Amino acid sequence: MSKEFPLLDIDALVAEVEDGAKVVMPPDYTGAPMATVRALVRKGVRNLHLVGAPQFGLPAEILIGAGCVDTVETAGLGLGEFGLAPRFRDAVAQGKIHVKDATCPAVHAGLQAAEKGVPFMPVRGIIGSDLPRYRNDWMVIDSPLGDGGPILLVQAIEPDVAIAHVPYADRYGNAWVGLRREIMTMAHASKRTLITFEKLYDGNLLESAEMAPGTLPSHYVTAISRQEKGCWPLGFLDWYETDVAHMERYAEIARTEEGFARYLDEHVLNAAEAA
Amino acid sequence: MPDERNLMLAALLARLADDCRHVVVGANSPIPACAALLAEAKAPDRFLVTILGSQKYMQFTEGGRELFDYAAQGRMDAFFLGGGQIDGQANVNLVGIGDYPNSKLRLPGSYGSAFMAFMVKKVILFREEHSPRVLVPKVDFISAPGSPPDGIFTRGQGPSDLVTGMCHMVFDRERKRFRLASIHPGHTLDEVIAQTGFDFDHDDTAPQTPGPTDEERGLLTGPVREALAGVYPRFVAKTFAQTAAA
Repeated sequence: MSKEFPLLDIDALVAEVEDGAKVVMPPDYTGAPMATVRALVRKGVRNLHLVGAPQFGLPAEILIGAGCVDTVETAGLGLGEFGLAPRFRDAVAQGKIHVKDATCPAVHAGLQAAEKGVPFMPVRGIIGSDLPRYRNDWMVIDSPLGDGGPILLVQAIEPDVAIAHVPYADRYGNAWVGLRREIMTMAHASKRTLITFEKLYDGNLLESAEMAPGTLPSHYVTAISRQEKGCWPLGFLDWYETDVAHMERYAEIARTEEGFARYLDEHVLNAAEAA
Repeated sequence: MPDERNLMLAALLARLADDCRHVVVGANSPIPACAALLAEAKAPDRFLVTILGSQKYMQFTEGGRELFDYAAQGRMDAFFLGGGQIDGQANVNLVGIGDYPNSKLRLPGSYGSAFMAFMVKKVILFREEHSPRVLVPKVDFISAPGSPPDGIFTRGQGPSDLVTGMCHMVFDRERKRFRLASIHPGHTLDEVIAQTGFDFDHDDTAPQTPGPTDEERGLLTGPVREALAGVYPRFVAKTFAQTAAA
């Protein structure tokens, strides 16, 4: 019954991501799908609606800089210890992208609503912040159950595509996320899931009592591609550290559009991983 | 010599969290992380520290959402929160400077702050830069409110304290104003007034913020330094320079 998945090259993995797709990605410390992001830039996809689950950094920054993005929905978008994301900052100042500002638990709740197939989810807190004033997909109601009082509802977030990088996948398309269970929620909520991974697991992950609890089953997975160091220049769990020199250079060079164009030319459009 | 200012700030923040059990520190916050680990070292039997972005200090196994669900149940005692702008009513802006949505200077975003503000029992604001640019009369966007609106469900009442590189202020919830509690060594009341963009209450003089006690210093340069090195190696190298030889 276990059908084998072809191991695609990275540009083939993203072939069916259409213009205007809603694409969800995990935080940069969880398995940032950088190889996939570079392939999306090479494909020249446009008008993406990016969702950070619940926040992200470099993947969104690169796609914004490359002109692939129309809307960003996230609790945060920064480069961590390397500072603000310069292409995001300029795109907002110039009104080039629409930002749906969120807060972490509201994004989690929206994805969980989609996972459950319900239209919305109530979330504590947040009322009193300016965030709900700018979200027409959120609503404050008087809670009809429990202790009553005002409570915020957030609409389900139903992405077209989830993309993530994980440690292992097997030939049958099962993907091991381990502790990074936000990737499970993303995949459950999304119509399609594209996975890159470090190492091919020999055998079937679902048949291992140790690996199965951390495994995203293949029926959620659309396609897989093996990409060693698929998060580079970001780090990946215990597998490798962030390329500090590269990130420092990026933060500097991407301050201008010209500098960013040079970066794309050098590290994205002509990357070694390109087909 | 170790960086005395960082040790003092960590000791002060740790004392503010003394009565807590579970403290959570946001990503890229080395001084609050140092403070949380110090509080833990002072009371190891009852203290638990979570550091976002760290694998070792992350006791959750259901992904990012579990931490927020845990807070929503009232299980979390304290949260250290920074801010691009902080105003005199203790509102915090992490979204951007200038008129929203096309902020002149777009900052990363609110992260968990809008939720944590009233779901955690104690919120301690920390921002090293003390300037009129950061401490403003009114924030351009409220990521985390300083006081809860009437009638909403809360687990805590929002920020209790503000610690900067220059002073410690306490938030008076009745008056909705900050009150100066102490000034760090090397700074003066006139300087604090000149560098603060909002009005706050103060006496004619203010006590000096005490440095770490001998016990705190011993813990900071011993177990805390060792624990923090796995999370913030560059910060540890800078803050604890040359204490290894001692």
